[in-house]
Amino acid sequence: MTAIDILQIVGLGLIATFLVIVVKEQKPVFAFTITVFTGALIFLYLIGEIQHIIQMLESLASKANVEIVYVETVLKIIGIAYIAEFGAQIVRDAGQGAIASKIELAGKLLILAMAIPILTLIIETVLKLLPS
Amino acid sequence: MNHDVNTIFQIAGIGIIVAMLHTILKQMGKEEYAHWVTLIGFIVVLYMVITIIDDLFQKIRGVFLFQG
Repeated sequence: MTAIDILQIVGLGLIATFLVIVVKEQKPVFAFTITVFTGALIFLYLIGEIQHIIQMLESLASKANVEIVYVETVLKIIGIAYIAEFGAQIVRDAGQGAIASKIELAGKLLILAMAIPILTLIIETVLKLLPS
Repeated sequence: MNHDVNTIFQIAGIGIIVAMLHTILKQMGKEEYAHWVTLIGFIVVLYMVITIIDDLFQKIRGVFLFQG
Protein backbone atom coordinates (compact mmCIF):
# COMPACT_ATOMS: atom_id res chain seq x y z
CA MET A 1 0.00 0.00 0.00
CA THR A 2 1.42 3.36 -0.97
CA ALA A 3 0.74 6.92 0.02
CA ILE A 4 -1.44 7.42 -3.06
CA ASP A 5 -4.12 5.30 -1.43
CA ILE A 6 -5.05 8.02 1.01
CA LEU A 7 -6.01 10.14 -2.00
CA GLN A 8 -8.24 7.31 -3.20
CA ILE A 9 -9.90 6.97 0.18
CA VAL A 10 -10.48 10.71 0.53
CA GLY A 11 -11.87 10.85 -2.99
CA LEU A 12 -14.17 7.95 -2.24
CA GLY A 13 -15.41 9.69 0.89
CA LEU A 14 -16.01 12.98 -0.91
CA ILE A 15 -17.90 11.34 -3.79
CA ALA A 16 -20.00 9.33 -1.37
CA THR A 17 -20.79 12.50 0.60
CA PHE A 18 -21.95 14.32 -2.53
CA LEU A 19 -24.12 11.37 -3.54
CA VAL A 20 -25.59 11.20 -0.05
CA ILE A 21 -26.46 14.89 -0.17
CA VAL A 22 -28.10 14.49 -3.58
CA VAL A 23 -30.08 11.38 -2.67
CA LYS A 24 -31.09 12.55 0.80
CA GLU A 25 -33.46 15.13 -0.71
CA GLN A 26 -35.56 12.41 -2.31
CA LYS A 27 -35.10 9.27 -0.25
CA PRO A 28 -33.21 9.38 3.05
CA VAL A 29 -33.17 5.55 3.27
CA PHE A 30 -30.96 5.21 0.22
CA ALA A 31 -28.66 7.94 1.49
CA PHE A 32 -28.23 5.94 4.68
CA THR A 33 -27.38 2.77 2.76
CA ILE A 34 -24.74 4.70 0.79
CA THR A 35 -23.23 5.78 4.10
CA VAL A 36 -23.11 2.20 5.38
CA PHE A 37 -21.65 0.92 2.14
CA THR A 38 -18.92 3.54 2.05
CA GLY A 39 -17.98 2.86 5.64
CA ALA A 40 -17.71 -0.86 5.00
CA LEU A 41 -15.70 -0.27 1.80
CA ILE A 42 -13.13 1.96 3.52
CA PHE A 43 -12.87 -0.50 6.39
CA LEU A 44 -12.29 -3.39 3.97
CA TYR A 45 -9.62 -1.28 2.33
CA LEU A 46 -7.84 -0.83 5.65
CA ILE A 47 -8.17 -4.32 7.01
CA GLY A 48 -5.32 -5.64 4.86
CA GLU A 49 -2.98 -3.15 6.50
CA ILE A 50 -4.30 -4.02 9.95
CA GLN A 51 -3.50 -7.64 9.16
CA HIS A 52 0.12 -6.74 8.42
CA ILE A 53 0.41 -4.80 11.68
CA ILE A 54 -1.05 -7.66 13.64
CA GLN A 55 1.27 -10.18 12.04
CA MET A 56 4.17 -7.98 13.10
CA LEU A 57 2.79 -7.81 16.64
CA GLU A 58 2.43 -11.58 16.73
CA SER A 59 5.98 -12.17 15.58
CA LEU A 60 7.24 -9.68 18.17
CA ALA A 61 5.23 -11.42 20.86
CA SER A 62 6.55 -14.84 19.89
CA LYS A 63 10.11 -13.51 19.92
CA ALA A 64 9.57 -12.01 23.37
CA ASN A 65 8.15 -15.34 24.61
CA VAL A 66 4.84 -13.76 25.57
CA GLU A 67 2.16 -16.38 25.95
CA ILE A 68 -0.03 -16.42 22.85
CA VAL A 69 -3.21 -16.39 24.97
CA TYR A 70 -2.57 -12.83 26.11
CA VAL A 71 -1.83 -11.57 22.62
CA GLU A 72 -4.98 -13.27 21.40
CA THR A 73 -7.05 -11.59 24.09
CA VAL A 74 -5.64 -8.19 23.24
CA LEU A 75 -6.37 -8.74 19.55
CA LYS A 76 -9.92 -9.81 20.32
CA ILE A 77 -10.39 -6.69 22.41
CA ILE A 78 -9.15 -4.50 19.56
CA GLY A 79 -11.52 -6.30 17.18
CA ILE A 80 -14.49 -5.79 19.49
CA ALA A 81 -13.61 -2.11 19.81
CA TYR A 82 -13.43 -1.70 16.03
CA ILE A 83 -16.74 -3.45 15.36
CA ALA A 84 -18.56 -1.66 18.16
CA GLU A 85 -17.26 1.72 17.02
CA PHE A 86 -18.25 1.02 13.41
CA GLY A 87 -21.78 -0.02 14.34
CA ALA A 88 -22.29 2.75 16.87
CA GLN A 89 -21.18 5.49 14.50
CA ILE A 90 -23.44 4.25 11.71
CA VAL A 91 -26.42 3.97 14.02
CA ARG A 92 -25.74 7.43 15.45
CA ASP A 93 -25.52 8.80 11.91
CA ALA A 94 -28.99 7.44 11.27
CA GLY A 95 -30.23 9.49 14.18
CA GLN A 96 -30.60 6.77 16.81
CA GLY A 97 -28.32 8.03 19.55
CA ALA A 98 -29.88 5.79 22.18
CA ILE A 99 -29.20 2.56 20.30
CA ALA A 100 -25.69 3.76 19.51
CA SER A 101 -25.02 4.29 23.22
CA LYS A 102 -26.25 0.78 23.94
CA ILE A 103 -23.94 -0.67 21.30
CA GLU A 104 -21.02 1.18 22.88
CA LEU A 105 -22.07 -0.06 26.30
CA ALA A 106 -22.19 -3.63 25.00
CA GLY A 107 -18.73 -3.22 23.49
CA LYS A 108 -17.28 -1.93 26.75
CA LEU A 109 -18.90 -4.69 28.78
CA LEU A 110 -17.68 -7.43 26.44
CA ILE A 111 -14.17 -6.00 26.53
CA LEU A 112 -14.29 -5.96 30.33
CA ALA A 113 -15.54 -9.54 30.40
CA MET A 114 -12.74 -10.57 28.07
CA ALA A 115 -10.11 -8.87 30.22
CA ILE A 116 -11.24 -10.61 33.42
CA PRO A 117 -8.78 -13.56 33.15
CA ILE A 118 -5.85 -11.16 32.72
CA LEU A 119 -7.10 -8.97 35.57
CA THR A 120 -7.41 -11.97 37.89
CA LEU A 121 -3.91 -13.04 36.95
CA ILE A 122 -2.52 -9.60 37.75
CA ILE A 123 -4.32 -9.49 41.09
CA GLU A 124 -3.07 -12.97 41.97
CA THR A 125 0.48 -12.00 41.07
CA VAL A 126 0.28 -8.88 43.21
CA LEU A 127 -1.13 -10.92 46.09
CA LYS A 128 1.76 -13.37 45.76
CA LEU A 129 4.24 -10.50 45.95
CA LEU A 130 2.70 -9.18 49.12
CA PRO A 131 4.20 -10.58 52.30
CA SER A 132 1.59 -12.60 54.12
CA MET B 1 -10.21 -3.80 -3.74
CA ASN B 2 -12.54 -6.73 -3.94
CA HIS B 3 -15.72 -4.75 -4.04
CA ASP B 4 -16.29 -2.17 -6.67
CA VAL B 5 -16.63 1.53 -5.97
CA ASN B 6 -19.21 1.54 -8.76
CA THR B 7 -21.69 -0.01 -6.36
CA ILE B 8 -21.92 3.34 -4.57
CA PHE B 9 -23.01 4.96 -7.82
CA GLN B 10 -25.41 2.09 -8.41
CA ILE B 11 -27.04 2.63 -5.03
CA ALA B 12 -27.31 6.37 -5.62
CA GLY B 13 -28.78 5.75 -9.10
CA ILE B 14 -31.32 3.29 -7.75
CA GLY B 15 -32.27 5.81 -5.11
CA ILE B 16 -32.84 8.61 -7.60
CA ILE B 17 -34.75 6.37 -10.04
CA VAL B 18 -36.94 5.03 -7.27
CA ALA B 19 -37.66 8.58 -6.13
CA MET B 20 -38.66 9.50 -9.70
CA LEU B 21 -40.88 6.43 -10.05
CA HIS B 22 -42.44 7.21 -6.70
CA THR B 23 -43.28 10.74 -7.79
CA ILE B 24 -44.66 9.62 -11.17
CA LEU B 25 -46.81 6.86 -9.68
CA LYS B 26 -48.08 9.26 -7.05
CA GLN B 27 -49.05 11.75 -9.75
CA MET B 28 -50.93 8.97 -11.54
CA GLY B 29 -52.82 8.30 -8.34
CA LYS B 30 -51.35 4.84 -7.66
CA GLU B 31 -50.05 5.34 -4.16
CA GLU B 32 -49.91 1.65 -3.24
CA TYR B 33 -47.73 0.82 -6.28
CA ALA B 34 -45.46 3.72 -5.36
CA HIS B 35 -44.90 2.26 -1.92
CA TRP B 36 -44.19 -1.20 -3.34
CA VAL B 37 -41.61 0.26 -5.75
CA THR B 38 -39.88 2.00 -2.88
CA LEU B 39 -39.87 -1.17 -0.80
CA ILE B 40 -38.45 -3.35 -3.58
CA GLY B 41 -35.79 -0.80 -4.45
CA PHE B 42 -34.80 -0.67 -0.83
CA ILE B 43 -34.57 -4.47 -0.64
CA VAL B 44 -32.28 -4.59 -3.68
CA VAL B 45 -30.01 -1.93 -2.20
CA LEU B 46 -30.08 -3.63 1.18
CA TYR B 47 -28.90 -6.86 -0.45
CA MET B 48 -25.83 -5.07 -1.86
CA VAL B 49 -25.05 -3.52 1.50
CA ILE B 50 -25.56 -6.78 3.39
CA THR B 51 -23.14 -8.54 1.04
CA ILE B 52 -20.34 -6.11 1.78
CA ILE B 53 -21.11 -6.02 5.51
CA ASP B 54 -20.95 -9.81 5.60
CA ASP B 55 -17.60 -9.73 3.82
CA LEU B 56 -16.33 -7.11 6.25
CA PHE B 57 -17.40 -9.07 9.30
CA GLN B 58 -15.84 -12.27 7.97
CA LYS B 59 -12.57 -10.43 7.39
CA ILE B 60 -12.62 -8.84 10.84
CA ARG B 61 -13.28 -12.24 12.34
CA GLY B 62 -10.36 -13.68 10.42
CA VAL B 63 -7.95 -10.92 11.37
CA PHE B 64 -8.81 -10.26 14.99
CA LEU B 65 -10.60 -13.24 16.43
CA PHE B 66 -8.50 -16.10 15.09
CA GLN B 67 -11.04 -18.91 15.01
CA GLY B 68 -12.90 -18.73 11.72
